[in-house]
Amino acid sequence: MPFPGLEVPHLCAQCQDYPCVNACPVEALSTDPVYGAVLVDREKCIGCGACITACPGTVPYLHPEDNKSTICDLCGGEPRCVEVCVEAGYNALTIVNEGPSVHRKLYSRDPVDTARDLAVKLFGEKGEEVIE
Amino acid sequence: MTPGGYAGKWLDVDLSKEEIEEFSFPDETLEQYFGGRGVATKILWDRVGRRWSDLDALAPENPLIFATGPMTGIYPGARICVSGKSPVSNGVVGSTAATEFAVEIRTAGYDGVVFTGKAEKPVYLLVTDEGAELVDASHLWGLDGEKTLIKLNKEVRETLKKRKPNVGLWKEPGSMYIGPAGENMVKHAAVMAKICHAAGYGGYGSVMGSKNLKAVVAKGRGRLPEVSAPESVYLLWRKAHRDCMTDTTFRRWGTGHLGYSCGAETSSEPVRNWQEEWHDEKTIGVPHYMDRYWVKVKWSDFNCTTNCMKVSCIKAGRWKGDITDVPDYELQAYCGTNLGIFDAGDNIHISTLMDKLGHSGINCPNTMGYAAELYQRGILTEEDIGFKLEWGDTEAFDRLAHMMAYREGIGDVLAEGTYRAALRIAEMKGLKPEELLRYAVQVKGIEVGAHGTRSDKDYTNDMCYAVSVQGGDHTSTAVDGYSDMSDAVFQDSAVFCMFTASGPSQELIFDFAKAVTGFPITVDSWRRVNGPRIVTLQKALLLMGGPDVTWEPLKDDDNPPRFYEPLPSGPYKGMVTDRERVDIRTQAYFETLGWDERGIPKKETLDRLGLSDVDPLMERFRQ
Repeated sequence: MPFPGLEVPHLCAQCQDYPCVNACPVEALSTDPVYGAVLVDREKCIGCGACITACPGTVPYLHPEDNKSTICDLCGGEPRCVEVCVEAGYNALTIVNEGPSVHRKLYSRDPVDTARDLAVKLFGEKGEEVIE
Repeated sequence: MTPGGYAGKWLDVDLSKEEIEEFSFPDETLEQYFGGRGVATKILWDRVGRRWSDLDALAPENPLIFATGPMTGIYPGARICVSGKSPVSNGVVGSTAATEFAVEIRTAGYDGVVFTGKAEKPVYLLVTDEGAELVDASHLWGLDGEKTLIKLNKEVRETLKKRKPNVGLWKEPGSMYIGPAGENMVKHAAVMAKICHAAGYGGYGSVMGSKNLKAVVAKGRGRLPEVSAPESVYLLWRKAHRDCMTDTTFRRWGTGHLGYSCGAETSSEPVRNWQEEWHDEKTIGVPHYMDRYWVKVKWSDFNCTTNCMKVSCIKAGRWKGDITDVPDYELQAYCGTNLGIFDAGDNIHISTLMDKLGHSGINCPNTMGYAAELYQRGILTEEDIGFKLEWGDTEAFDRLAHMMAYREGIGDVLAEGTYRAALRIAEMKGLKPEELLRYAVQVKGIEVGAHGTRSDKDYTNDMCYAVSVQGGDHTSTAVDGYSDMSDAVFQDSAVFCMFTASGPSQELIFDFAKAVTGFPITVDSWRRVNGPRIVTLQKALLLMGGPDVTWEPLKDDDNPPRFYEPLPSGPYKGMVTDRERVDIRTQAYFETLGWDERGIPKKETLDRLGLSDVDPLMERFRQ
């Protein structure tokens, strides 16, 4: 993303402290008790964008059709994106069992930041040059 | 109601007046021409028509078309078709490139853009959900491809963020642009996308340059157009993807494995400007690329599981910092073996250079190889060029590519493309044109793709380039005037990639097309009616040609002279394209398409295809 053609997956990491849920002024956001996914009540949502600003990874977006906040709901525990990614043989997205010391917040990263690191990983010194 | 698969609106941009209008096509035009190459040819016929021979391809009046098709973005492997009057062939070439621009413009609500006129100063077009606008591009003019794209990407994302700060993260927009070669109107310059994708054949980069149009950028937030039968499309889409995934060769090596095997096995790879088509140099074999330079083995554009792209990066040494794709077979051959370069790193460097300068990676090295052969034969001297141009000298070819892009010295002559350069050099040297055209490997001005016809072991043979309306284009070769109509002609009109079409069956693809659009089309209807209609119209415009060059019927429907010289080496030594078979198959091709024995479309054919208004213009070609 900072380097053209290097798009990175941009997904909700379900931070333990849920800054988006806390930022919502109308309590439209809640969490799934089993899977921890952030759920949006589209009736309540006013499309103010507070959750987007609060998110460390700029993950939520306002859906172009109803202008309401949209966040991954983990498809009720069986994410379809993981299914097709595995089926397609990429295995870029996989379901992992959470270990006790892995802090989810570490994965709540700005995608531009992630892409910058990836650019350096892929292109070496050139990666430093080509990022914005 | 708009048929399925179409956004239903087109943009008509007059760069001289800075006016942007919207227009659309009647359903029957869409059913007849579908999209992409088909619709582009129709637009050109409607807008230019009988004035064709007088229209200079680099004049402001030449329409430059970016066309998607109904299957773009829906069928795996999205591409866009760039077209217009070609400054190279003076006909119509449907030149496709893989890019997210095709998807973004459709999600913004448009099927394509037609540019006419010439902007006063450099501009780029920005298409969003709110419509289209022209933006000043003076600060981008003169930049190489990589810098253009990085700046453009950043700038557009910032603009969009400023307009809608609160909707979430703005990701990369889809863009197509030109490099210095396009700006300086190098005849066969490419329209570039990403850092290394290109619509190369046809020379539409120079048409963009002639219009002062640096780039086109789109970012849409909407959906792709509605399809006619969503449930069928979903099932067929799953099936198509499953078939694409089984193509393990493409997934593993892309076309990179051919750099060695096309030379060593099938003897159909250009070596030193096609003087040979065989080599046994394992240094250009794919393991050298894979182990040393590939930093990403699976890379694809939106909605593609074939993912034939691999990212190459040179991290150390004299070409440090070069990034390109595989290089794919065509560029391994043209930026490698054709210049006598057999080193993977040097090959990546020349390929990267082509991307950065905005040259076509097939056409420019063809011309460079041609120049090197003239140097080898003493026709061009060190004085003419300014340095020694020996086979395999990467630095010399690097310099020559720059000279071509900036039209310096001999580069100014070579920038006219192989065919026109041959004529110019003949004039310079006081030689007969035939003496120089015998080394020029081009058909109708278009440099031939890296698959030779002499060994008869590749997919190309006999008259496949000779009679093709797209000349030397290896992605749209002539087969028999029947089966090729549902192949390249269809793919370029529905606009998706030929590599996502190689796995799934033709039946599946046409069922897909029917489910998307709701039109009653079949493989057979494309082979008998739709395909021939597009190709016949292309042929008519190609015959009209002009103003600087016209192609003589039959005489110019021939292979380059080199293909009639016996192969000098390799397992197929002595083999040659058989002239008798070329003649027989040429006549069969013409007959199948309903053209006369000189390749002029017959009156009854034109009437049958609904092209009766073309007939009066064909009269002067008939004897």
